[in-house]
Amino acid sequence: MSSEQPLVIGIETSCDETGVGIVRGTTLLADAIASSVDEHARFGGVVPEVASRAHLQAMVPTISRALSTAGIAPADVDAVAVTAGPGLAGALLVGVAAAKAYALALGKPLYGVNHLSAHVAVDLLEHGPLDEPCIALLVSGGHSSLLLVPRVGGADVTELGATVDDAAGEAFDKVARLLGLPFPGGPPIDRLAGEGDAGAIAFPRGLSGARDPAFAFSFSGLKTAVARWVEARRRAGEPVPAADVAASFQEAVADVLSAKAVRAAREHGVGHLIVGGGVAANSRLRALAEQRCAAAGIRLRIPRPGLCTDNGAMVAALGAQLVAHGATPSKLDIPADSTLPITAVLV
Amino acid sequence: MLVLAIDTSSAAVTAAVVELSPAAVVPLAGDVTVLAERVALNARGHGEYLAPGISECLAEAGAAPGDLAAIVAGTGPGPFTGLRVGLVTAAVMADLLGIPAYGVCSLDAIAGTQAGPLLVAADARRKEIYWARYLDGVRIEGPDVSRPADAVTFSGAMAGAGARLYADVLARPLVGPDHPSAGALVRCAADRIRAGAPSEALTPRYLRRPDAVEPGSPKAVTP
Ligand SMILES: [Zn+2]
Repeated sequence: MSSEQPLVIGIETSCDETGVGIVRGTTLLADAIASSVDEHARFGGVVPEVASRAHLQAMVPTISRALSTAGIAPADVDAVAVTAGPGLAGALLVGVAAAKAYALALGKPLYGVNHLSAHVAVDLLEHGPLDEPCIALLVSGGHSSLLLVPRVGGADVTELGATVDDAAGEAFDKVARLLGLPFPGGPPIDRLAGEGDAGAIAFPRGLSGARDPAFAFSFSGLKTAVARWVEARRRAGEPVPAADVAASFQEAVADVLSAKAVRAAREHGVGHLIVGGGVAANSRLRALAEQRCAAAGIRLRIPRPGLCTDNGAMVAALGAQLVAHGATPSKLDIPADSTLPITAVLV
Repeated sequence: MLVLAIDTSSAAVTAAVVELSPAAVVPLAGDVTVLAERVALNARGHGEYLAPGISECLAEAGAAPGDLAAIVAGTGPGPFTGLRVGLVTAAVMADLLGIPAYGVCSLDAIAGTQAGPLLVAADARRKEIYWARYLDGVRIEGPDVSRPADAVTFSGAMAGAGARLYADVLARPLVGPDHPSAGALVRCAADRIRAGAPSEALTPRYLRRPDAVEPGSPKAVTP
């Protein structure tokens, strides 16, 4: 195998997407995904047992699809990478067991990797190698974190801050439900916000005071503020301007996220910001981050939306970095760890 | 014919490499030889113990994965999280090795060839059991899930960890093993293995729906 450009298959099952990706170094060869999102929609959120059942059903066909898209045989890969955590325990376990089965059947090294680090590494597939430190803003329905990453795919990641309550994506889901929009809430709010006035309602910016922790997030208060505002309107018998609510809410989220990310880059003297996770697909967050990074002289790297959401390619991308840098493979008895800390890039 | 047997439907995480005679032999006990077996008793360790167990069994049997002719996996019923570990492992290995995978009801592999009427029960948690009834090793009712007291009203012996757990309620002689045995798993699939039957989708016997409720309208945050 080429140690610089290893051929790696990556398996991801931390939430509701069964993802199997294949990369050669930083080149994407296949990105197969089976999503159970439609099965969760009527419950207004991801139901872990429903997700786990779907992962089991989808695993073999999704692996086959990735291999045939990449045009390789199963035994051609140099290594098997898998999300070992964090995520939903039962869902993670299906992917970890599948990856171990792959490694065992074909005698390949196994790499159990951190989901959050994989969200950062996926950017290499889109924008190429990055040889200097970066700040990573990871925002989705399951996580909201600011990381200091000395080297993408390296082992020494520091978490500068995270949400103290809801993840940013959860706030989108809850506000969407309040406005009668479908789950997941990100895309419909983004669309509706396009027709509204982002300055119409002054919703609070959580943890943005002078004495608040600079890099932590809070979205619970914002979600409650939106609910109170909407309920007051309804009680008074007045119409709810849903587009204005969506736009003002989205503005509050994008404002806090981009402001803290840019501040983190500045304070740590870092010239690059990578944004990942499902919320990175939000058009207002992308625009505001672009604008603020440009003003601060920071290079912004956001992968295309399809690579921002959970997928197997990101796991393969991180696996390829670990292989290329000679990391020691994982043992066959590694657990799936639903609360895996960000400092554990490789299990 | 070398067969990999897997069962993760109970607290006994089971892996074995088994030699199956190419043709049926008499007496029946001679057609299956367990070459290597690993059983880890750990209700929460399926994900950690199964793959190393398979690897050790292959090494002990002096076999490579490519030497396997088929994989047999217990499809439960059993606690879902652990059950899925065994089934996804069997399905992925079989697919990549290009060999067939066969499913066996895990309770059948506890019943084995026990003569006479038999109740097999596994612990379904929540004060319930997964159970099935057998006559001379043939399943005649179940598998089903219910409270031990509601399970059955027929005479006969019993087997399985669920039977041991609720022995006072079920009140009958405890005869069989607590968990599925690798030899019985392979014997249950012997005809299919020998015939080279097509690979099967390994569908878990869940018997219960996911716990999930559809939400009503959002709760008001203002009092
Ligand atoms: Zn994610």
